[in-house]
Amino acid sequence: MLVFMQSLISGILIGGVYALIGIGLTIIFGVMRVINFAHGDILMIGMYMTYSLFTFFGIDPFVSIVITIPLMFMFGAFLQKVFINRMQGALPQNQILLTIGLGMIMSNTMMLAFTSDYKILSTDYSSSSIKLAGISISTPLAISFLITAAITAMLYWFLLKTDTGQAIRATAQDREAAQLMGINVKWMSILAFGMGSALAGTAGALISPTYYIFPQIGSTFTLKAFVITVLGGMGSIVGATIGGVIIGIAESVSAVYISSGWKDVVVFVLFLLVLLFKPAGLMGKSRM
Amino acid sequence: MLKVDKLNFSYGDMQVIWDLDLVVNAGEIVTVVGANGAGKSTTLRNISRLVKWQSGSISFNDADLAKFEPHEVVEMGIVQVPEGRKIFPEMTVIENLRMGSFIKSARPKRDENIDRVFTMFPRLKEREKQLGGTMSGGEQQMLAIARGLMTNPKLILLDEPSLGLAPLMVKFIFDIIQEINRQGVTVLLVEQNVYQSLRIAHRAYVLETGRVVMTGVGEELLNNDHVKKAFLGM
Repeated sequence: MLVFMQSLISGILIGGVYALIGIGLTIIFGVMRVINFAHGDILMIGMYMTYSLFTFFGIDPFVSIVITIPLMFMFGAFLQKVFINRMQGALPQNQILLTIGLGMIMSNTMMLAFTSDYKILSTDYSSSSIKLAGISISTPLAISFLITAAITAMLYWFLLKTDTGQAIRATAQDREAAQLMGINVKWMSILAFGMGSALAGTAGALISPTYYIFPQIGSTFTLKAFVITVLGGMGSIVGATIGGVIIGIAESVSAVYISSGWKDVVVFVLFLLVLLFKPAGLMGKSRM
Repeated sequence: MLKVDKLNFSYGDMQVIWDLDLVVNAGEIVTVVGANGAGKSTTLRNISRLVKWQSGSISFNDADLAKFEPHEVVEMGIVQVPEGRKIFPEMTVIENLRMGSFIKSARPKRDENIDRVFTMFPRLKEREKQLGGTMSGGEQQMLAIARGLMTNPKLILLDEPSLGLAPLMVKFIFDIIQEINRQGVTVLLVEQNVYQSLRIAHRAYVLETGRVVMTGVGEELLNNDHVKKAFLGM
């Protein structure tokens, strides 16, 4: 039982970060109907940003998100305004090629700048843990989960309670009707891509104390983000939140009870089962 | 107030509007009637700048609309209640209304306008917390009109507001349109329900395959032989 609780809690903790990645992808898809295949690479940029701030300026990775979040937001807004915006309404395959291409540019630029060596960001608490009723919780994972929960709560508040947040949801539900209400949908798209990138970058920052950092790590997370959002229902923020936690738990529990080599198999079987019985995803039609 | 001058518009190679002239004066109810595919909705889509015309011009209070984006047109005081209502399905009634007052000029009057539309449509007040997508067609139409009024428009463009509604609801909607007009909003109404719209309109345009074939006072057109034969089956 203790082992199960242990793996369940680890799963929830990492699932929080997955949720952040999924929410970013789903906001972008919701507002623009563009699947961002550079999502994992944007996360990778966030990791390197955190790594650089730590190595060169000695800023703690969990503190540096106050720098990473606005920078990643501006990076995403720039990508939308300069590249993605031109593809609005274009064929899906063209949009996919564009985002894949942007992702490749990002990973290769990082390779030029940092080489493809694996980097480790090691803080003095990287391998420490907290004991709680016999269950040990990794300190960096626990901190990152708390930050994730706070960011997610703020995001929900923003989307449900503010005019701009509601306008983003309105644009996602009916782009044309949003225009007819005086909403500048181009601006909403820039905002959405900025937010999506900031979320991916933050996720990258939060996992940088526990993961290896290398330029090609992006594709793993793009795939993961895709699974999470489809599982939850494309465009649904609640769905992405739940999807992220489910994937986190599935990985962690199967790593303990089967083997860590099989955890991806378990995740994809689960994914296929959900799609088999709920093709629109868990939250295919929900308010957010 | 609104002046459409020699408008030509095509979807790709297919021209749907030919040299269209149309004028709406402040305070009027003007209706554009015609069969399916006559170019009525396309005219409204051009006014709202959702599509871009090839030649001709549309001006609103002497400002050339060609220079503006759809959201700016709303800020100028033109709102469209689109065909098929297009309310936000996963938002509640009140959230839909709040989106109507998204533009800066409408925000200070938000509470006042919510009271105003709730007086006009008491049904919406009862359904305040219901999701837009789960409401009946008539209720959705009320919400769409109410949401449009939330922008504080000078001119409201109504695209087929009676489409698919029960006869009693159709009568209610046409009464509401007259009420809106009495409150000082100019109305441009596009309809297939020729009888009802000619009855309430000050002036009317008859559109056939993208051309204005007839124009005049609403009541007079009702007695016109061509209109009777083509649209009223008499």
